Amino acid sequence: MVHTRIPPSKLPVEALLVGFLFLATGVFGVAYGARRAWLPPLASRHGAGIDLMLVYLLVTVGVLFLIGYVALGVLIWRAARQQRVTLRLATRKTEWVLSAAFGAVVALVGEVGVLAIGIPVWSEYFGASPPADAFLVEVTGAQFVWNVRYPGDDGIFGRTDPRLIDDLSNPIGIDRTDPAAADDVALQNEVAVPVNRPVRLRLRSKDMIHSFFLPHLRVKQDAVPGMTPEIVFVPTREGTFEIACTELCGLGHYRMQGFLHVLSEGEFRQWLQQQR
Amino acid sequence: MAETAAEPVLEPREQAHDEPASGFIRRYIFSTDHKIIGIQYILTGLFMAVVGSLLAMLIRLQLGWPTHQWTLLGRLLPTGMASGVMTPEFYLALVTMHGTIMVFFFISYVLVSGFGNYLIPLQIGARDMAYPFLNMLSYWVALLSALVMLASFFVTGGAAAAGWTSYPPLSAVSSAVPGSAWGQTLWLLSMALFIASFTMGGLNYVATIFSLRARGMAMMRMTLSVWSFFIAAIMGLLAFPPLTAAAVMLLFDRHFGTSFFLPSGMVVAGQLLPHQGGSPLLWQHLFWFLGHPEVYVLILPALGIACDLLPVFTRKPLFGYRIQVYCLIAVGVLGMVVWGHHMFVSGMSPFSGEYFSVATLLITVPMAIFGANMMASLWGGRLQLSTPMLFVLGVIAFFGTGGFGGLFLGNATADMQLHDTYFVVGHFHFMIGGVTLLGTFAAIYFWFPKMFGRSMSEFWGKVHFWLTFIPFFTVFFMQHFQGLQGMPRRYYAFTSYEFLKPMQGQNVIISVAALILIAAQLVFLANFCWSLIKGRRAEENPWAATTLEWTVASPPPHGNFGHVLPVVHRWPYEYSVEGSETDYTPQTVSPQDVPVTA
Repeated sequence: MVHTRIPPSKLPVEALLVGFLFLATGVFGVAYGARRAWLPPLASRHGAGIDLMLVYLLVTVGVLFLIGYVALGVLIWRAARQQRVTLRLATRKTEWVLSAAFGAVVALVGEVGVLAIGIPVWSEYFGASPPADAFLVEVTGAQFVWNVRYPGDDGIFGRTDPRLIDDLSNPIGIDRTDPAAADDVALQNEVAVPVNRPVRLRLRSKDMIHSFFLPHLRVKQDAVPGMTPEIVFVPTREGTFEIACTELCGLGHYRMQGFLHVLSEGEFRQWLQQQR
Repeated sequence: MAETAAEPVLEPREQAHDEPASGFIRRYIFSTDHKIIGIQYILTGLFMAVVGSLLAMLIRLQLGWPTHQWTLLGRLLPTGMASGVMTPEFYLALVTMHGTIMVFFFISYVLVSGFGNYLIPLQIGARDMAYPFLNMLSYWVALLSALVMLASFFVTGGAAAAGWTSYPPLSAVSSAVPGSAWGQTLWLLSMALFIASFTMGGLNYVATIFSLRARGMAMMRMTLSVWSFFIAAIMGLLAFPPLTAAAVMLLFDRHFGTSFFLPSGMVVAGQLLPHQGGSPLLWQHLFWFLGHPEVYVLILPALGIACDLLPVFTRKPLFGYRIQVYCLIAVGVLGMVVWGHHMFVSGMSPFSGEYFSVATLLITVPMAIFGANMMASLWGGRLQLSTPMLFVLGVIAFFGTGGFGGLFLGNATADMQLHDTYFVVGHFHFMIGGVTLLGTFAAIYFWFPKMFGRSMSEFWGKVHFWLTFIPFFTVFFMQHFQGLQGMPRRYYAFTSYEFLKPMQGQNVIISVAALILIAAQLVFLANFCWSLIKGRRAEENPWAATTLEWTVASPPPHGNFGHVLPVVHRWPYEYSVEGSETDYTPQTVSPQDVPVTA
């Protein structure tokens, strides 16, 4: 006869409480998650792919999460009231089959997401083949300002030289002796782009690592000193959207705010004229 | 079955353990006894946890009520919170030090170094670690490392403020942020000391497990705790030294004009820096080459310990012991080659990004199997809801929750929106915060009787569980959804942005829950201290468990096993064996008396 020095749970109420805790956690979690659409309203083309990815994960993971917590709650409730062990050792086959099944489900959820939904978005965003009509803008992060530059009619950015940098008059050090620099337009914290046209955004940094984040456009890319990463996105909705910094860059990190104005083609041309 | 596995012949230094060291100082302070060293690590780690929690409290006060004037705190912290309002630079020092202290000086010390030292020799049937003196040295270097880290609060500019990841240039250029003056230098020195200490400890773990196992203690008869310490130690030995190199390189960039991490053309505070040719991404690679395996170094022992406790409190063997071991090994291997998933939007090649994404999600396979098997272990068992078991159930729940978040973040495409938002903060707090914290508590409640010969209060332990689990879940679950809304991490305040304003209400709820969580730990501390002095006397084997540490007195004597080392006849989870008088069969019971069932 088996016995132990620890008495079995005398109080079924404790089994009930603990079982319920996990069950309720699962139900509460899913209810909270399904309460509303959490993502900021979408305003870019590739963002639809990211949203699809996130919704796919929220749904599949939400189901797994609920099953997991409910199962845990039920298992606790059952096992805590048992007076004896009813299943001591599972067969090796059961162990392998169950493990393989769980592994397969998670692998399926995870890798299918990455490969089927993820890769197309990823290659569009990183401009595996940037569209010919893409509109070029450069943003240079600095403590705690976004310096914006347009190449002008020639479509070529003029030379820059860090020795020419003057925080007030020439914050990114444009070399005005370079003919290509003559029509460059430089601004701070304001980026305007035409709607429904691909934007090729080139990122640079003057000092720290910054990260250019457009929550509504699902755009995020680090701006790293010494590097010039490029990303491609298509704004699909007119309006003004906030730019936030998402890489710690110093004590003003939390207020390194910029604005993206998505304008109609006509409004945009007018706006760019005014900046010259 | 691995009956045939080599049985170690090396007898651990019998001579050294005839007599315990005499004198209080040699016995309890500069001790070479693994049990004392383990307890020293645990107490040091708990002290650091108190510091880390106070920092968390300040962080949550700021995020919940960003404009409130905390007059009393203003008086206590005249530089960081002059007139009661926190400065942004102090906030950044707080998040940096909270992360660093909790990861390296709390969880690592208590769970990996503390319980690793305490349990490995006891559970494999050795008298001590393979290199007791090195073990002592490891602790004292660790203590020095913690002291250097704490000292950094008091230097000019305050503690390091570049985040626990210390990305250059922010951490390299002293004018970039106040904490990058002397605070960052001390941070780097402290990390180098930490790694040196861990390397000594890790070598000891591996050597001890390889060479000092008792007769019959085949590898496949070791507990999953020991397996997890073993894998964690190997990962640490392989992954940590590159950061020592990186720390030295960064110190050189900071003080001796080199340019490992700094490219040309940087202009900081109006000054053109003389550096050229370095790459900030190099640091990120080196840091995460340590940083990601570090995650596993911390959570694997929590999971191993949970697996060890499941059979005790279900009175049946663990489900899928061998599969769990294979999973630990698989995670150990894969965990070394996925560090780039912290760098999806860093400017690293997008092709590498896709590789890291696919490889990262492969890890979810062994991890999911591990979690599922822990749950399956409850099936058919006779569950006892003692305090340690409650925390084990919490480990399972948090492991699942954190793991599911990992499916989002390991996915490079989803990470474009979620990177460096509160989704990440919520996720890693469930994993290296929650799984490890609950695992640590489970371990403390479970082995406290063995360590100190007294039991902790069950009632207050249960109160502690409920007051920890619910607020913890609330805080970090809600943070995932803040991340989906695009709330960036490491923000001193969320007042500047229109899209962040609706989140203030959530921040208040989270702050309240976090303060309850922190306050609840006082229940634990009180229980811990009270039980040390007044706790009920514990017998040799109060949980009716099977592993070797429960076959000796509580607390175990110097040398652990008396004159004769134990001989092991079976795997560690023999519960409810048919034909046995008791429902547990210690590993030392011979097959003639009770049949071996696995």
